[in-house]
Amino acid sequence: MSKILIRGAQVLGGEAQDVLIDGETIAEVGTGLSAEGATVIEADGQILLPGLVDLHTHLREPGREDSETVLTGTRAAASGGYTAVFAMANTHPVADTAGVVEQVYRLGQEAGYCDVQPIGAVTVGLEGKKLAELGAMHDSAAGVTVFSDDGKCVDDAVIMRRALEYVKAFGGVVAQHAQEPRLTEGAQMNEGVVSAELGLGGWPAVAEESIIARDVLLAEHVGSRVHICHLSTAGSVEIVRWAKSRGIDVTAEVTPHHLLLTDELVRSYNPVYKVNPPLRTEKDVLALREALADGTIDIVATDHAPHPHEDKDCEWAAAAMGMVGLETALSVVQQTMVETGLLDWAGVAERMSFAPARIGRAKGHGRPVSAGEPANLTLVDPAYRGVVDPADFASRSRNTPYEGRELPGRVTHTFLRGRATVVDGKLA
Amino acid sequence: MMRHLISAADLTRDDAVQILDTAEEMARVADRPIKKLPTLRGRTICNLFFEDSTRTRISFEAAEKRLSADVINFAAKGSSVSKGESLKDTAQTLEAMGVDAVVIRHSASGAPYRLATSGWIDAPVINAGDGTHQHPTQALLDAFTMRRRLVGRDAGLGQDLAGKRITLVGDVLHSRVARSNVDLLHTLGAEVTLVAPPTLVPVGVETWPCDVSYDLDGVLPKSDAVMMLRVQRERMNAAFFPTEREYSRRYGLDGERMAKMPEHAIVMHPGPMVRGMEITAEVADSDRCTVVEQVTNGVSVRMAVLYLLLGGNESAVSHTRTEENK
Repeated sequence: MSKILIRGAQVLGGEAQDVLIDGETIAEVGTGLSAEGATVIEADGQILLPGLVDLHTHLREPGREDSETVLTGTRAAASGGYTAVFAMANTHPVADTAGVVEQVYRLGQEAGYCDVQPIGAVTVGLEGKKLAELGAMHDSAAGVTVFSDDGKCVDDAVIMRRALEYVKAFGGVVAQHAQEPRLTEGAQMNEGVVSAELGLGGWPAVAEESIIARDVLLAEHVGSRVHICHLSTAGSVEIVRWAKSRGIDVTAEVTPHHLLLTDELVRSYNPVYKVNPPLRTEKDVLALREALADGTIDIVATDHAPHPHEDKDCEWAAAAMGMVGLETALSVVQQTMVETGLLDWAGVAERMSFAPARIGRAKGHGRPVSAGEPANLTLVDPAYRGVVDPADFASRSRNTPYEGRELPGRVTHTFLRGRATVVDGKLA
Repeated sequence: MMRHLISAADLTRDDAVQILDTAEEMARVADRPIKKLPTLRGRTICNLFFEDSTRTRISFEAAEKRLSADVINFAAKGSSVSKGESLKDTAQTLEAMGVDAVVIRHSASGAPYRLATSGWIDAPVINAGDGTHQHPTQALLDAFTMRRRLVGRDAGLGQDLAGKRITLVGDVLHSRVARSNVDLLHTLGAEVTLVAPPTLVPVGVETWPCDVSYDLDGVLPKSDAVMMLRVQRERMNAAFFPTEREYSRRYGLDGERMAKMPEHAIVMHPGPMVRGMEITAEVADSDRCTVVEQVTNGVSVRMAVLYLLLGGNESAVSHTRTEENK
């Protein structure tokens, strides 16, 4: 491993400093560091962040390699500034055994673009009936700590209770996809003014909020921790805020798309805007931004959900739900949170690296930018302005809602344990 | 005139009145011994029905044939909202065959809009009903029927429905007919009231240009037209209302209730009727009920829409008259 000197970057948006990487670790942080024997990256005006961590990614492998693989997904992650991603369990076969999670983990290691931490299913086959072998997945080489039936809600209160209790044995967390199934039968978009007009089945906010309310109370009752996936409504924010005020061990995530887009876009009937939970209203968007700023929502997670062209190039009702997000997340956060003055770059580091690594117990990630720490780093040019062109994506899928939109900021370099995975905005 | 007819909300007052006036001209054709105009000779129209429909499909077909168009009927059994033949493939197949217009009925809300805007196809698209979204030609034929009955056949020409009080009763939540009617009737200056049990009124209705009431008896005396919407019995199983009898007692139209309506007021129904549920046989068969007229008027209105969308700009029947006079 060689030495790399990042010169004059604003560390976490603060003072310009030099950062010397030696091998896999950060050797020194300071000013006027010697460049002797090192490759120099001039980083004037750029922001240096800890490598981003995504607690909610769909890599689709095994089973749907036509939409994404661990390799293409982690290349997309590196492009977006990520050094670690948590891969959701809704693959085919479902990641509900030690064998499957170990395979996903190994594929991530072999790809080498960013660390892949598999998430284990809570229930066998995501069917919500029977607990999967959570302990075996935790004890496997993959070392699973986060469990989720994401894509489906663990709607049986007893199963949820047992899962919350059971993972206490090894410090695990259950990440809940909060969606009351009966209230969302035939749901196609947010239930409200726009769905009434468009004649699309409604996905009411209460279907999310009622599950969150139940689960924070369950977590309190059994003394466990619960994580709320892709929180999307103003009401959900209120419930989480209340739960935290009671000392309940709950964390929550918001996706970039819920920070920017509203259900008004569904008027186009373009399935690129079809996602679960659905795009909500302006009021919800503003409440989510505020909650992310004040810490009620702990992290940004992409819910990167790749789908092949044919699954989106059809009528709304027939289309798959989901959006790719890894390669645009930081730009959307910059636009919605940094440029609005709601968060500074240190806040972005907290929400996109430190906190997700803490919640998911990701070793070596979400660490301070200081000497002796693993060199997992992301360098961002915040002054860059560019129009999103899906043709540039590293992801195998192109289902982005931002095509043709101008977004700020660009990841110029990503380092995974001192090795550049992205150089000058291009995959290394 | 616009290129497509996807939603009743896309029509301006003048567009709508022009369609109604043109439909009056078309209606005269039906009174002739030979009910046919050469207007669309050599044009090919495809009726693309992804959802079962009898009356709408036959109505469009009659309208197309009366205008001398070549008609292709495509009926996909069941729903295309499954893997297999996609809407896109079907549309591109039609495009390759050179159709001049596509009439589409689909179970998915927005499918006609996607067809018109996705670049899969160039031809004008006419929405013959999509999911629970819109059914614009139904609203036009309803407005045509109301104008004739409430304003007059000749007196109505050039007129809208300003000040008329129209009540829609029944399953608004699942009704594309209700949505299209609210849009079009508002555009034409009518005052619309929706009456339904609260379970069958969509969340978000407060932004619609109409009033909502749960009390049918209170609204009937103040209605110039009462449109009964079909209520499927199976809605009961999803707990939208407790029983069929309870629904009928509270929201069904029987002779006693009809008597509360003003003398001149009419009863309408888009069909198919569920007799004994939302409407009794006595009401359905009374001369106040316009169900059969609505079907007749549907052909005239659809002739007008096809003619205007396919580039007609002069009087649709005038050059035929000159041919006749030769």
